[in-house]
Formats: sequence, C-alpha cells, structure tokens
Amino acid sequence: MDDNKLTFDKITSDLTHHIRINKSFLIWMGFLTVSLLVCLYAYSLQLNTGLGVAGIRDYVTWGLYLANFVFFVAASLIGMLISAVLGLIGMKWLTPITRIAETIAVAFAAVAGLVIISDMGRPERLAYVFLYGRPQSPILWDVTVITTYFVLSLLLLFLPMIADMAIIHRKVSTLPSWLKPVYKVLSLNFTDQPEQNKIINRAIRILLILLIPAALSIHTVTSWLFAVTSRAGWDSTVFGPYFVSGAFVAGSAAVIIAMFFFRKNYKLQDYLTDVHFNNMGKVLATVSLVYLYFNINEFLVPGYKLKRADAIHLQELFAGKDALLFWAVQIGGLLLPILFMLFRRFRKPLPIMLISVAVLIAAWFKRYLIVIPTQEHPFLPIQHVPQNFVHYSPTLIEILISIAPFILVLIIITLISKFFPVIPLHETAREKGIDHIKFD
Amino acid sequence: MEENNSSHSPHESEDPKGSSRRNFLRNIGLAGVGVATGAAALYSGHIFEAKKEVSGDQKVLLTQDGKLVQVDSLEIKAMEKTGVALHEAEGREGIPGRRWVMVTDLSKCRNARKCISACQDAHQLRPEQYHMNTLQMQDSPATAPFNIPKNCQHCDNPPCVAVCPVDATYKRQDGIVLIDNVRCIGCRFCMAACPYSARIFNWIEPKDAANRMDQDYNVELNVPQKVGTVSKCLFSADRLREGKLPYCVEACPNGVYYFGDENEDAVTNGTTKETVRLSKLLRDNAGYQLMPELGTKPRVYYLPPKNRLFPFEEATDATPEKV
Repeated sequence: MDDNKLTFDKITSDLTHHIRINKSFLIWMGFLTVSLLVCLYAYSLQLNTGLGVAGIRDYVTWGLYLANFVFFVAASLIGMLISAVLGLIGMKWLTPITRIAETIAVAFAAVAGLVIISDMGRPERLAYVFLYGRPQSPILWDVTVITTYFVLSLLLLFLPMIADMAIIHRKVSTLPSWLKPVYKVLSLNFTDQPEQNKIINRAIRILLILLIPAALSIHTVTSWLFAVTSRAGWDSTVFGPYFVSGAFVAGSAAVIIAMFFFRKNYKLQDYLTDVHFNNMGKVLATVSLVYLYFNINEFLVPGYKLKRADAIHLQELFAGKDALLFWAVQIGGLLLPILFMLFRRFRKPLPIMLISVAVLIAAWFKRYLIVIPTQEHPFLPIQHVPQNFVHYSPTLIEILISIAPFILVLIIITLISKFFPVIPLHETAREKGIDHIKFD
Repeated sequence: MEENNSSHSPHESEDPKGSSRRNFLRNIGLAGVGVATGAAALYSGHIFEAKKEVSGDQKVLLTQDGKLVQVDSLEIKAMEKTGVALHEAEGREGIPGRRWVMVTDLSKCRNARKCISACQDAHQLRPEQYHMNTLQMQDSPATAPFNIPKNCQHCDNPPCVAVCPVDATYKRQDGIVLIDNVRCIGCRFCMAACPYSARIFNWIEPKDAANRMDQDYNVELNVPQKVGTVSKCLFSADRLREGKLPYCVEACPNGVYYFGDENEDAVTNGTTKETVRLSKLLRDNAGYQLMPELGTKPRVYYLPPKNRLFPFEEATDATPEKV
C-alpha cells in the first residue's frame, strides 16, 4: 500500500508539474499571439479588398487556402487512428499517446473549419450555408461531418480527463489558485466509484466506435470536393482512400513531433519512452507504405493510358514545372522515410522526430500538388488573360493568411497541454496497479 | 282540440295585419336609405369619373406573374424600389415555354472579338474578365487551327449547379444557367467543377462599382457585379425577355452566331437576321457539342470549321494588364 501511495504521488507530480504559468510559457504564447495578430492584419486586408490580394485567379481559383484546408483535415484524422482503430484493437502501449493524438485532432479539426472561411469570397454570408444549404453539394456534407467529428473528438478528449481533473483538484497542491475551481467544475464530482468508471468507460467506447465512420467521412468527403469534378488529376476513384491514407501519414508524423517536444519540455521521459517512439515509428512506416500503394495506383494507372488531359497533367508533375517539388515530396517525404524507418536506430526519438518533420512538410506540399497543378491545365486552353492568371504564385498576404491557422493550432495545443496533463493520469495510475484512488 | 284552434284563429288573423303595417313602414324606410345610398354612390362615382383624366393612350404591360395587361398611360406610376425581390422571382423561373439554344459556326469566326467587347460592356466586366472568349485551338498537329468562341455552355446537366452549396447558381426552365450574386458565398466550387472554364470571379471591386452602388440588382444581367462573387455568360437573359438576341450574337460582324428556341426548332443568325431550322442547320453542317463525353449536355452547338471563308491567323491580341 505504501509503495502504491509513493508511486501514485510520483505519477501525479510527474504528470502535473508543468501545470503552472512560467516565463517560457508566457514568452511562447506572446510570440504566438503577436504572430497571429500580424496574420490577422493580412486577413483584414483581404476582407477590405477582396480575394484579389491573394495570387489565385480565374483558372487556379483554389490555392494555398484550399491546400491548407485539406492538410488540416488530414492531420486531424490521427485521433481516429490512434484512439479508435489501434485503441479498440487493444494496444496497451498507446495509453500515454492517446491524449496527444486527441489534442491534435481537436486542434486541427477546429481550425480546419476556420481555414475554409479564409477562402470565401463573401465570408459574411457563411450563414447561407445553413440557411439555404443544398444537400446535393459536397460542401454541405463536409460541413456536417467536420462538425460531427470535432464534437466527437472534443468529447473523447474530455471524458478520460474527468478523472484526471478530480485527482488534480484534490491532490495537487502546487496549482495556481484561480485554476482550482475550473478543475472542480470539470471533474463533475468524480470520486472514482466503480459505477462512475463504468459509465465513463462505456461512453468512451461508444465514442470510439462512432469516431471511425465520422473520421473516414471527413477526409473522404474532402477528397470528393475534387473527385466529383471531371478535371485531370482530380477525376479519380481512389481519391477517398488515397486521402485517408495520406492523412494517417501526416497525423502520425504530427503526433511523433508533439511527443518529442512534450517529452523534452515537460520532462516525461519515464512515460514517453523509446518504446513509444519505436512503436509510433512502426505505425508511421506502415501507414506510409499504404499511402505509397495508393500513390502507385493514383499515378501509374492514368500514366499507363495517357489520356490527353491526364498526359499533360502528369507531364507537368513528372518532368515539367512542378517536377522538382513533386519528386522532393515523393522521395523525401515518402520513399526515403519508409526506407529509414525500416531500421530500428532511425526509430529512436530524435531521428524519428526529424523524419516526421520531413514527412509533415512533404505532406503539406503534397496537398499543394494535389490542389494547384490540376487547375493550371484545364481542358480548354488559357488564352487572352494576364500572365498571373496562367501561372499561380501566392502573394505575401496570402502566405501570411495561410500561416495563421498553424499559429492557431499551436496556440490550442499549447493551452490544452499546458493546463491539462499531457498523459492520462488516472489511466496511467491504473496501469501501474493502483486500482482505487481515495478521495478525502 | 278544435275549440282550442278556433279560439286562437281570430287572434292570429289580427296579428298579421299589424305586423304587415310595421313591415311596410320599415321597408319604405329601408328603400329610402337604399335609394339615398345608391344615389350618393352614383353621384360620387360620377364626380370621380368626371375628375379622372383619360389620355386614351393604352399601354400594354407585363405583370410580375407574366400576364399582359392594358393600362392607360396616365395610370402608370413609378414604383418604389423593390430591391432584388422582383428580379429574383422572375429571374429564377425563366421564360415559360422556351428552350434557348446557341449555334456557333466556327467556319465564320475570324476572331474579330466584337462579341467579347459587347458582352463586357453590357455586363460591367474588365478587359480580362470573359463571359465570352475566343480561343485559338488545334486538335492535333495535322489538323487545321481554328478560332472558337467559348462561353458558358448552359449545360442541361450542369456540374456547377450540382456542387453549389447555397443554390446561388441554378438551372431555369428555359435552359439558362444563372448566378444570383446576392446569394453567392464565393466558394468557387462551381469554377472548379466547370470543365469549360466558363466561370470568372470578381477578385477585386468590379469595374465602375462606385457609380453603380444604387443600381438595382438584375439577376438576368448580373449587374451590378459584386466583389467576391462568381459571374459568367447568361445567354443575355435580360435581352431574351425583351425579345432581342443576346449582346454577343447581335455584335458579331461575321455571322458566327445563331440563337433561338429549341422548342420552335428555329435559330436566327445575329448578323444576317436569317432564321433557319435548328435541326436542319445541325444536320447539314455536322453540328457537335464541346466534350459531350463528360455528360454535361451543353446547349451550345458548334459547326465545324470547314470551308473557311478566310485563312487562320495567329491571334495578335493585346493581353490584358496584370490584375
């Protein structure tokens, strides 16, 4: 019993000691806030002048904003892979990673909804989507499933946290005083009764099951924004699974990066061990292989037939204007990482984090390559228009507006991880053999 | 029983007499009031009629629900501004009984670009904004190059209408696909979905926007254009309502365009004003559609560029300035 008590106190302090407002947190948040304000200023210019401040024009009409949107939806999908798919199979090593994955899912899903507003010519008419919404339009489906997925993810982040809130509220003495009542409210009077645990566990299980179709839907529907058109490069029947598998790649990489920095900054070496990085490396390698398979399908099949429009599109990707970016993304962001990750030594924390950074950057540029080149080669020639209509190049304002969602995601992830345990406290204690926590 | 009856009868016979007298008096009173009222009404009507001026000039007007009515010209009063409601209601319905169709004869197009400027003037467009654009195309190296005026194909299975999330772009009963720029949210999904690149966007404040601030929006002309919304060819729906040919069709100096009604099987050439059978024109000249394999069912037909009246010249157009 004494052993248990010691262990429990240690776990509690290890997992909650970062919950305090310190200088580095304030500096980091100040930096993020100032950067966000700069980006918001850029957005105010767009609001006043119109979308013309961006580089998009009549032919390449969807640019960075749409690529960004696809990327954010993609990254949010990881909550489903880690918590739902792997969790339901019963992989125990996942426990310390689930909350990181859910935090990323919530942050990216919430911001994805905002990203799409930056692409609207008339953002003040956003409510029309609900007032006059037509169910035939995939945009309606997208709005529906992203909202659903966001709510499910938020609940899935919150439910396992109830017990943690109760523990922190009663057992942690180092808390800032103004935070105490917040935790008390969020703990919902949880006292670790078997009945309470039963209800929470059942609710989590239902959420996990619901999360799978919701998550598959959000990225499949997002891929349909492109695949329902007849344009070369988008007119593809594998676009759904192609997008979903690509999303798992981006999301796994994001989780590994987050794990690395949480472990370092919040001193969680005992909880996020080399084993976890090794296993996440295997997960990333596996989903990358699946993604590679869909890439082969996506490019080899039209490349074999070379229908007129497809031929022009593939020519530009493989050997034309976009070739450098295309091969950098395919080799540097997919083939090489897969090769490296086959070896154990590259699945150690630092190397796998570096690989993940490469994969994540490549994942963003891959979205760019999916969205933009297709529009530069419509079926009918682009003639009698200014040069900037023919070739798309993003403007500074557009780039700043595209950076804003990344800052927002960092702010959300920082806040969640700062004020809540990054690693599930209650669950970790249980796995260490502490069956029941006494609340006075 | 009989006694009872007989004892009542004298009483009854007396009563009707009294009541009939009362009724008579009342009826007289009523009639008096009625006559007085009627006379007053007639008199006031007479005064009203006498006061009213009649010009004798009868105007034929089209009501909002599409009926023709005759009204004295003095009775016509200017209406208060109705905003967009009136245009929207009729602009969404279309012109009953019509199925507009366009035939573009590629053998006659020499890239004069008069159709383009007429269209841009009518629809408040900048030089780089095309509802109608003439492209120089060549199907394969061995075949002859040709000019092809390309506008919205007003598809019967329009991909743009399918994807619009707010019903801002719609298909009318007369075959025209329109955009309501009061509804459009500027998501540009329709532009991504259109295989003909027929749609344009108001990336910045439209040309001459300041002077058109107070102008009522006409959905059949899509003017005033609005920043942040999509625009495209409207088959000049406003002109069709007046019984006129579209701006581009009328402006062509070379007889390229035929425009008309599929239901009547008749199309009129905008230059020669000659009206011909649509079916015969398409049959005799091997008329075709742009990319029919996409299943969009366009309402614009093309006649192939055979027996051209002049040699093909590379377009020496002044490309519009960067915007």
